[in-house]
Formats: sequence, C-alpha cells, structure tokens
Amino acid sequence: MQNTIYQKLLSNKVIFSLIFLILLVAPMLLSDFRLNLLGKFLAFAILAIGLDLLWGGYTGGVLSLGHGIYFGLGAYCMAMYLKLEATGGAIPDFMAWSGMSELPLIWIPFQYPILAILLGVIIPAVVAFFLGYLTFRNRISGVYFTILSQALVIVVVTLFIGSQNLTGGTSGLTNFETLFGFHINASSTQTAFYWITVFILGAVFFFSRMLVKGRFGKVLIGIRDGENRMRFLGYNPSAYKTFIYTLSAAIAGLAGMLFVLQVGIISPTMIGIIPSIEMVLWVALGGGRGTLIGPIIGAVFVNTAKTGFSESYPEYWTYFLGILFVLVVVFLPNGLTGLFEKWNERRKNKNVSNSIRVEKSVS
Amino acid sequence: MISDLSIKKENMGAVNFLLHSGKKGLIGLNEIILTLFNGISLGSILLLIALGLAITFGLMNVINMAHGELIMAGAYITYVIQHIFMDYVPPTQYYDLYFIVSIPVALVVAAGIGVLLEITLIRHLYKRPLDSLLATWGGVGLILQQTARSIFGAPNVGVISPSFLSGGLEVGSLIFPYSRLFILGLAIVCLISIYYYFYRTASGRRVRAVMQNRQMAECLGVSTRKVDMMTFAIGSGFTGVAGCALTLLGAIGPTIGTSYIIDAFMVVVVGGVGALFGAVAGAFGIGIFNTIFEYVTDATIGKVLIFLLIIAFLQWRPSGLVMFRSRSLD
Repeated sequence: MQNTIYQKLLSNKVIFSLIFLILLVAPMLLSDFRLNLLGKFLAFAILAIGLDLLWGGYTGGVLSLGHGIYFGLGAYCMAMYLKLEATGGAIPDFMAWSGMSELPLIWIPFQYPILAILLGVIIPAVVAFFLGYLTFRNRISGVYFTILSQALVIVVVTLFIGSQNLTGGTSGLTNFETLFGFHINASSTQTAFYWITVFILGAVFFFSRMLVKGRFGKVLIGIRDGENRMRFLGYNPSAYKTFIYTLSAAIAGLAGMLFVLQVGIISPTMIGIIPSIEMVLWVALGGGRGTLIGPIIGAVFVNTAKTGFSESYPEYWTYFLGILFVLVVVFLPNGLTGLFEKWNERRKNKNVSNSIRVEKSVS
Repeated sequence: MISDLSIKKENMGAVNFLLHSGKKGLIGLNEIILTLFNGISLGSILLLIALGLAITFGLMNVINMAHGELIMAGAYITYVIQHIFMDYVPPTQYYDLYFIVSIPVALVVAAGIGVLLEITLIRHLYKRPLDSLLATWGGVGLILQQTARSIFGAPNVGVISPSFLSGGLEVGSLIFPYSRLFILGLAIVCLISIYYYFYRTASGRRVRAVMQNRQMAECLGVSTRKVDMMTFAIGSGFTGVAGCALTLLGAIGPTIGTSYIIDAFMVVVVGGVGALFGAVAGAFGIGIFNTIFEYVTDATIGKVLIFLLIIAFLQWRPSGLVMFRSRSLD
C-alpha cells in the first residue's frame, strides 16, 4: 500500500504538476532579481527541450554543438527590434561611429515588431534547414555532423564580430528601453516576461511531447536504432532528421528572443563555442535524453549552480563545469532522470522479489 | 569569458601579414607567388595540427576534442623552456637552442598527457564517440584551459622566436620568412616520419592491422590494448610539436587550441578518414583556398566562404577526398 503511494508520488504527472506549481508560486516568493534569473533559466530550458528533441531518445546521434547560433540568431532579431525602438527609428550609435548614415538593408525589416518576432524563429530555422538538408542528405551523421555544427558556430561568430557596423561587434547589442511601449526594465514588465516564458515553455513542452508520443516519434526512435532498416522500410531518415533539426533550431530562436527580453543584452560571447557546449550539458545532465522533462531540470540546475558559483567563486566555475561534464558522461549516461528511473526500477524489482518470497512462503 | 576569436584573429593576422602588405588590385606574378606561398604556409600549419588528429580520429576513429589543449600544452612548454634558458643559460650562441630543445620535450610531454587521458577516460568511451566528444571537449578541454589560465594567466604570452629564424629568404623582390619555411619543413619531416612508422616498421604494421580488422589482429596475437595506447601517444605527441611551432607565429594563450581544433577537424573531414594522403590534400586545399578567399574578400567573409566550400565539397564527396569503398552498411 505504502509503495503504491510512493510510486504515484514519483510518477511523471506528479512531477509535472509539482514543477508547474513551483513556477506558479515563484513570483510571490522570489525577489525581482531572482525571478528575472529564473525567467532566464526557463528561456534556456525551452532551448534544452529543442536540443533534447534532436539529440535525446529521438533521432539520437544528431548532436548539435551549434545551438548557440540558433539561440543567438533569435536573440539578435529581437535585439535589433528593441534597439530600433530605443533609438526611435534613428540609426544605432555604433553604426554612426562607423560612419553610416542610413539604416542598412538587413535592419529594415526589424523596425516592425511582429516581423522581427517572426524572423527570430524563421531565420534560425532556415539556416538549420540548409545545413541539415545538405548534410543529412549525404548521410553525414554522428561525429561529422557535430563537427560541422561546431564549425558553423565559429563562422557565424566570426561574421558577427567582423561586421562591427551591422551587429555591434564584440560588445553586441544592449541599452534597450521599451517593447510595445512598456519599459522593459520595469518590474511589472519583467514579471510579464516571466509569465510569457512560463507559458511558452509549457506550450513547447506539450507540443514536443505530443510530437514524440505519436507516430512521428516512433519513426524517430526507429531511425535512432536502425537508420538503414528504416530506409529499407521506405522511410526517408534524412527528411525526418532535417525536420527535427529545423524545428529544434526554431525553438532555440524562440528561447533566444525570450532571453534578450529578460537579460537586456546579447553579444557574440553569449552564443559562441562555450555556451553551445554548456547547452548540451543541460540536456546531458538533466538527461534521460529524450524524456523532455530532464532538460528543463538540467537547464535550471546547471544555471543555478553557475550563478551560485559566479557569485562566490567565479574562477572555479570552469573547473566545476568540466568535472561535471566528465562525471555525467562517464557515470550518468542517462542523466539525473535516468538515475531516478533506475532507482525507481530497483525498488520495484525489490517489491516483486519480496512478493515472490511471500508467495513461496505461503505455498 | 575571454573571446575565443580574438586570439584566432591575431594568429590568423600573423598568418596573413604578408598578404595584406601586398598592394591590392594589381595582380602580378609576384602576388600570385606570394598568395600561393601563404596558402602553402597556412596549409603546412594546418597539416602539422591535423597530423595528430589524422591518427587518433582518422585511423583510430576516436574523438579527442582535448586535442586543441595538447596544442596549447606544446606551446606553453616552449614558453616554459624559453624561460628556463633565460634564467640558466647565458645569452650566448647556445641560447637559441631552447627552440630545438623544446620540440622533443613537447613531443614527449604531450604524448604523456595523451596516454594519461587515454587510460583514464577515452579508453572507456571507445564505443560511444559522441560521449567521448563531450567528455573531452566540455570536460577535459575546459579543465586544461582553466589550468593553463591559473598557471600562466589569462592574457596571451609571447615567445621570442630564435634569432636563426628571424628574417627571410630573399628571392628577387620577394621575401619568404624563415619561420614559415621552418614550419613547412617541420610539417614535411613529421609527415615523413609518421609515414615511415606506419608503413615501414613492424610496430606500425601492427597498428594498421588493428585499425583494419581489430578482431583478426587480436586473434593473431597483437595486443590491441597496447596498440591503442601507443597510437594515441603518437598522435598526441605530434600535436605537441604543432603547438611548439605555433609559438613562431604569434602570442599564445589558454584558448589557442580552441581556435585551431575545428580547422584541424575540417582538414580530416575533407581529406577523408583513414589515409595520411587525405590529410595532406585537405590541409593544403583548405590552406590555399582560405588564403585566396581572404585575399579576394577579407578575413571574415573568407571564413564564411571556406565553410560554404567545405559543405559544397561534402555534397560531392560525403566521406572525404580519400575514401575506402566498401559494401558494408553500419
């Protein structure tokens, strides 16, 4: 009797409700500063779900070390709009410094908020579609794809730093003021951003869950376990992989936009190599790789740890990150959720063996 | 976070300093020769870096993303040895020997680090390439970088090139810097010695046997365990030498490896896995095209173009330039 209560308590539904409840009451308990941090972590969690779709139990084998770029493209789209709203349609200061007098062509669509938000999802998706299509089509996969995705990071970051007059170079874009006329630093606006983030996180989560629970998800698992077999059965794994990669990039773009709204700055170092690796760690640690709930836990956990470390011992963060990486990969291939499931399983088995023993003693 | 790319730019700046000193627009024979030389020079640097990778990744199919940190180790070893010479050797003609001394030391130390890494971590991940990539890149790589940062400080440090490598070879109105020629020579020497080892010695033959058919080699009494370790040591050692050579090109910092590792992997991906010739072709191909693109446009756009070129190339040859045909499906 007691055991069934335990199991119910630990079932997924209860965990979802618990997380949902925590997110619901958080604005009442946390200070503005902490709430803003939590909102930022939740934006990361959205990205982690996208990454988990790609790398997790579904289409396992597609590990992207380039999601920082998709995150960044979304973030820059939003930032460009915010920047233009802050300057009131005039050209941003860094452009004036580099001697430009008119708004460059690339910036023109970002005067319009709706268009900017749409582009924040579309641009990452398009870039991902091309890279995904051109590589998966040739059955370039596994490590090779990972390396190409990493090369994309270097190329895009170099491009962003290099075109100082278009992107603000290494200092990135900052000094935003308003969104739709609301001051973005006001605490009420920030609370609103928090709710929007929670809502989008929920939406992305349930959408992804629906996607992978259905037939589509089954095909993805088939591709993971035997790509060639699926090919012989008449499926086209490249198309599936390209689709999931594109989707995951779009989700990353969404996360990037929410990030900029809450953090108020985006620069090339936030989207480069190291952040891209960290993103993978969120998924690996939260794990289950494919549970979709694990990455949320992982993203929030790792970032909380990071903030904690940066507040007290900034120089040890990298050591901690590195050691955590090694430990997770070697000892926790299924992450925290995997550990939890294993533990649950063991307990269940114990119950079974206990009941068998009881049966035996009865007979 | 220190910008990973500022260092890269510096190094690349060093690579291309000849290029931008040339006048644009007027393309004469000299310009063509210079661009070609710069391309070959960049290619030889890439080759030197990618040789170790061609062994560990290409032959063993083991991903070691801490490869970049072995480059860094080699570079810092040169720096340390220079300082030891500064303190203990009077500035005589022997002083310049520090560079010659540091090459074998870098080889041995990097090989040692490589073996240590193989025994403690990578050995356990042979069957899980993506996990191996993560553990070595996010884990070991970051730890080693941070260690270097704690010991040597975050800013870049410079190594003064030995006097016999300053200046250049003058041919007509052209100057070919000795340091570049030295790196080219070093790359060729490394290539020949690796070739000799793999194709002309009993030990190298065992390595190739294990790479081609592990079970069969094991049945014939080859200790695959030992071969794995040794191959890894050799690959790592040559990477250390590459780091040593990089000190000739500019200042070195904790993230020097990060900036080169992807280029090195690109060389192996383009060249094709499992053949030294592929790495050579990949290195010089990328080197020359990169230099031409940067000459025609600028450093930033050149990087984008070379990436697009690599993607386009992979449409034509998905498994690289040199590939082994096989009917097997994985």
